[in-house]
Amino acid sequence: MSDVASPTPPSPLLSVQGLTMRFGGILALNNVNFEVQKNSITALIGPNGAGKTTVFNCVTGFYKATEGQVILNDNGKTTNLRKVLGEKFQWSDYVNPPAFLERLYYKTFGGSHRVNQAGVARTFQNIRLFREMTVMENLLVAQHNHLDRNLIRGMLNTKHYRASEKRALETAYYWLEVVNLTEDANRLAGDLPYGNQRRLEIARAMCTEPKLVCLDEPAAGLNPRETVELSTLIRHLRDKHNVTVLLIEHDMGLVMGISEHIVVLDYGQVIAAGTPAEIEVNPKVLAAYLGTEEGDAS
Amino acid sequence: MFSKPNDPPMLTAFKDSSLVGMIALLIFSPISGIILNGYGFNTHPQTPIMLAFIVFIGRFAYQLAALTPWGQRLIQKFMLSKGKRGVYVASPGDQRYLWIILAILFIAGLVLPFYLSKYYLTVAILALIYVLLGLGLNIVVGLAGLLDLGFVAFYAVGAYTFALGSQYWGLGFWSAIPLAAAFAALLGGILGFPVLRMHGDYLAIVTLGFGEIIRLVLNNWMSFTGGPNGAKAAEPSLFGLEFTRTAKTDGHIPFHEFFGTTYSPNTKFIFIYLVVFLVACLMIFFFSRLRTMPMGRAWEALREDEIACRSLGMNHVTIKLSAFMMGAMTGGIGGVFFAAQQGGFVNPTSFTFFESALILAIVVLGGMGSVVGVVVAALVLTILPEMLRDFADYRVLIFGILMVFMMLWKPRGFLPIRRPYFTKEGQA
Ligand SMILES: Nc1ncnc2c1ncn2[C@@H]1O[C@H](COP(=O)(O)OP(=O)(O)OP(=O)(O)O)[C@@H](O)[C@H]1O
Ligand SMILES: [Mg+2]
Repeated sequence: MSDVASPTPPSPLLSVQGLTMRFGGILALNNVNFEVQKNSITALIGPNGAGKTTVFNCVTGFYKATEGQVILNDNGKTTNLRKVLGEKFQWSDYVNPPAFLERLYYKTFGGSHRVNQAGVARTFQNIRLFREMTVMENLLVAQHNHLDRNLIRGMLNTKHYRASEKRALETAYYWLEVVNLTEDANRLAGDLPYGNQRRLEIARAMCTEPKLVCLDEPAAGLNPRETVELSTLIRHLRDKHNVTVLLIEHDMGLVMGISEHIVVLDYGQVIAAGTPAEIEVNPKVLAAYLGTEEGDAS
Repeated sequence: MFSKPNDPPMLTAFKDSSLVGMIALLIFSPISGIILNGYGFNTHPQTPIMLAFIVFIGRFAYQLAALTPWGQRLIQKFMLSKGKRGVYVASPGDQRYLWIILAILFIAGLVLPFYLSKYYLTVAILALIYVLLGLGLNIVVGLAGLLDLGFVAFYAVGAYTFALGSQYWGLGFWSAIPLAAAFAALLGGILGFPVLRMHGDYLAIVTLGFGEIIRLVLNNWMSFTGGPNGAKAAEPSLFGLEFTRTAKTDGHIPFHEFFGTTYSPNTKFIFIYLVVFLVACLMIFFFSRLRTMPMGRAWEALREDEIACRSLGMNHVTIKLSAFMMGAMTGGIGGVFFAAQQGGFVNPTSFTFFESALILAIVVLGGMGSVVGVVVAALVLTILPEMLRDFADYRVLIFGILMVFMMLWKPRGFLPIRRPYFTKEGQA
């Protein structure tokens, strides 16, 4: 499965191992394993309710996985994305003070924001913008952690503070240009047309300077022209901005066109993984999709 | 409910109004139709029938108005503001002359106390204290979107820090201000850290409880706080000059003796007024600036969408905590001035839930996040009841009606929220 047709030797940026997620009686994810290679565009596909969004939520820390590990490995710096959320204390912690303190630290100050700080940004299936703030403010908020947040310097409007704000504005304008929204800089985010909101959400995620960006159905609700623009944008992000893209998408044209590696999920399990050419002819995948289509038709 | 789709509109209106009238009758009957008399009760059937009839007529008139085109337009304009958001983006340079207005208001505010009687001075000070409290709660509720129903706790902590501090450790007016601010903020932090992981309703209930706990502790810890008898704070002073007829603290001399003028009881209130006015102005500056700084932006983003904030790497707990502490700090400062305004005497009856509700009303009427709106609402809601003393009994009723109409008509407050305009160079 790791015979990915990528130019660089395989070095997974993200590896998901044995991910299991249970909601009460529902087994939403059952032992999911996959890897996302550095600088690749990887797609996560599957019929409705297969558990794709749940995988995203576990990776980005919005759900605490029942079991399994999510490891981010960026240039030798390894982050355990489950640990930073804050885990339950284990018996072994009581005889191992450093482990105890570490867990206590993450329990107090950990959370899904740590996942983003480690380098994973995301967008949401149902767009989550700050609707009553302007487009510009949305992008400035995204840079919160890189800004000068010192209250006194801000109040006195010192040089350091002004420089920090100016840099943030430049970054924001840069990303607006990339997603072609410069015209809308001073409009309320909630007033934008749907397609622009999707692109703004991508720009906002990019403002956090991620290594891996997870896009949850970025083409949903877009017209064919916008979908083509979106695929150009996603390629541009990967080629020019050195980010790795993991995306969930139902638009097979888009998925087959831009992704190098595809992971197929059905009923919470990985049923296939490989290149688009392999996936296209995989009988299991065809069965999963055709099966649901037949179900819909009857 | 009883109407069929092809009924004539008049009949539909009549049926609808009858239904509303019946509901009113059901509600009013037990409330106003039965009046206790010793162990028995008297029935007054005509009162609820009359009230229900008024409701019926009102509803019918509304329905009929809705049938005419001009009535529809009126209703569109005043009742249904769902389409309009009450938020707009500034256009560059639209506040060019704002500073002139601000300067005039500032000077007027400085001159005002010299023309007021003692009674109106105390009213004006109270109004400014509510401006402070409104600004503080505005951060928590209006900007960060955390419903805090126990804000009065921090107000009480501020007032009692000053009173008990001067009783036990000889704390003066000036040192009480930063100390009360710090102490209230600390308490806000201690309360906030475990609580701020909760959302909406849970947070509201916990803060409500906290407000009551503080009041009950102040009321019942007789040996330390003096219980219902209250506590006495030091007289405010300026560089060792007191504003009383004779100095209350050793080493202090009365203000009028020092300057060789005659004693006037107003001097003390003019002094308090000026201090609280300057502090309020400082806070207004502080908070309006904060709104365009990273911290203020983060608060508002958190109100808009907490999940999105977390996905952007923002620690929602510390951001909420900063809002909570900043609000508490402002409430604490307000408390010190309250103790000073009360002639140094505070007791727990000043810090009931009604006070929290009043401050919340200020924030809601002022428009959840608008600094100007909150200032105006605070002034109106404190000065108006004093002007209309004759209607004092109806104060709460009028508040209630006002709130209902606000929610229907302008849910985002009197003034629309203004968002900053940015160019590549910076904020325009
Ligand atoms: N918070 C939750 N509580 C309970 N069940 C959940 C929760 N989140 C997801 N599920 C369940 O997990 C399963 C997978 O849902 P998920 O949203 O991940 O599907 P998906 O693959 O993203 O589907 P779609 O293509 O429709 O977005 C569904 O059966 C869903 O009902
Ligand atoms: Mg989904």
